[in-house]
Amino acid sequence: MNKIYLDNNATTAVKKEVLDAMLPYFCEQFGNPSSVHWAGRMVSGAIEKAREQVADLMNCSPAEVIFLSCGSEGDNHAIKGTAEALKHKGNHIITTAVEHPAVLETCAALEKDGFEVTYLKVDKDGMLDLQDLESAITDKTILISVMWANNEMGNIYPIKEIGEIAKKHKVRFHTDAVQAAGKIPLDVRDANVDIAVISGHKIGAPKGVAAMYLKRGTKIGRFMHGGHQERNRRAGTHNVPGIVGLGVACELARTHLEENYSYVRKLRDKLEQGILSSIPEVKLNGHPNPDMRLPNTLNVSFNYIEGESLLLFFDMKGIAASSGSACTSGSLEPSHVMGAMGVEIVLAHSSTRFSLGADNTEEEIDFVLQELPPIVQRLREMSPLYNRTDPAPLTCDECRMVTITVPH
Amino acid sequence: MYTDKVMDHFSNPRNVGEIENANGVGEVGNASCGDIMKIYLQVEDNIIKDVKFKTFGCGAAIATSSMVTEMAIGKTIEEALILTNQAVAEALDGLPPAKMHCSNLAADALHEAIKDYKEKHSA
Ligand SMILES: Cc1ncc(COP(=O)(O)O)c(C=O)c1O
Ligand code: FES
Repeated sequence: MNKIYLDNNATTAVKKEVLDAMLPYFCEQFGNPSSVHWAGRMVSGAIEKAREQVADLMNCSPAEVIFLSCGSEGDNHAIKGTAEALKHKGNHIITTAVEHPAVLETCAALEKDGFEVTYLKVDKDGMLDLQDLESAITDKTILISVMWANNEMGNIYPIKEIGEIAKKHKVRFHTDAVQAAGKIPLDVRDANVDIAVISGHKIGAPKGVAAMYLKRGTKIGRFMHGGHQERNRRAGTHNVPGIVGLGVACELARTHLEENYSYVRKLRDKLEQGILSSIPEVKLNGHPNPDMRLPNTLNVSFNYIEGESLLLFFDMKGIAASSGSACTSGSLEPSHVMGAMGVEIVLAHSSTRFSLGADNTEEEIDFVLQELPPIVQRLREMSPLYNRTDPAPLTCDECRMVTITVPH
Repeated sequence: MYTDKVMDHFSNPRNVGEIENANGVGEVGNASCGDIMKIYLQVEDNIIKDVKFKTFGCGAAIATSSMVTEMAIGKTIEEALILTNQAVAEALDGLPPAKMHCSNLAADALHEAIKDYKEKHSA
């Protein structure tokens, strides 16, 4: 069976060049870069080279790059560290309703400690109203945290405009750039960003390594206490192979950015148009203008069917995708991103994300377009909501009820 | 995550569809995740002759729907009324803990359909 991986926003395969660059740093060049002896000296250069590669991707200075263990750590550090460093100035944080849980849960934790958080609403296309953002700023606001691009529907947020607003009001600006890295250009200087976070496993480096851009002079509380690594900004012995891999992945991302953008975009657009034209009653989630979404991401709802069953049928054909359905969430709540966009409950249940990568081929997209319609039709035939004559029972509150009266 | 039996019933669900002149219909929604199941019954001489289902839900919900229809066919309505979600889950060699609530749908929908049959035929 063909294996077709369309879940690159969840994680990516490590690139061959990345792995090759990492391998010498396990058995041969194994030293601790903080050591003064030959073994340490052998690897400290590698860390500094990776730092330059990461800095080049984001357009910052290498001294402004801190290596971390994952994107979630970066978001936690940015938000909690800012709260700690600036609590004398205020206790208000502005973020959005569609952030990754690494941001939302961190903000929720701070709310318990007396911070106030504004969660900006998005419209039905998942976009922010920048006037809302500007008017939410008070003299207590210490941080604005808005993701560069969304992981579920791929919307790209106007980071440069937000950076200007933040600068005008002298508020610190953090952006979770985990999904944007490697897919669209990131220029933290141009966008007036103070803190940006990227994660290795989304761009062809291994899991468990990430980086943060911390603008020079930005005061931030420590997150990981311990040794003096990363100029006292993040304790913990360096994950040397991981950092080397992240560096190479950033360099590849930068040098192939335009080429990958247009290649992946062409495949995504083909998948998008193919699905919308061959299957009735499909809703596109996210911004209707494909320029406003990451080039690799497509999120659609196949009305009347539940996402987990869809994913299981895709899986039987070797197709890997993901869903915003309550049934796949563990918490039995549908995706908060679909909820924030006001997507109806049944459509949120059926939301499906395809996230492509440069390894996908046109043949794979053709195969998916050929397999999808019969799977959708089969599940629709099984659904009590499809071709229904009596009113659909699932409207908001009613979907929570246990017994539905059947009209006779 | 699912047993082979669950995957078998999920990928080849038995008794999917509607019964045109069903004499009992039950429909329930899942309080936890918002899914729905509808059961159609054909009862003759107190015996369930035919059952069909339609389900909007996860793999476990579809598999338990399919299993409950297989288990109910041929039973008297009294026997069918004591069929529990636990029994349905066991017949599928178990469900992941997070999916146990899905099997409630199946037993509840069957019981609702029987209740509907009784109401219609008590007069
Ligand atoms: C937007 C976004 N932020 C943060 C993260 C967390 O990154 P990590 O998995 O490296 O902790 C992810 C990954 O799921 C993400 O998509
Ligand atoms: S029906 Fe939603 S989790 Fe099973």
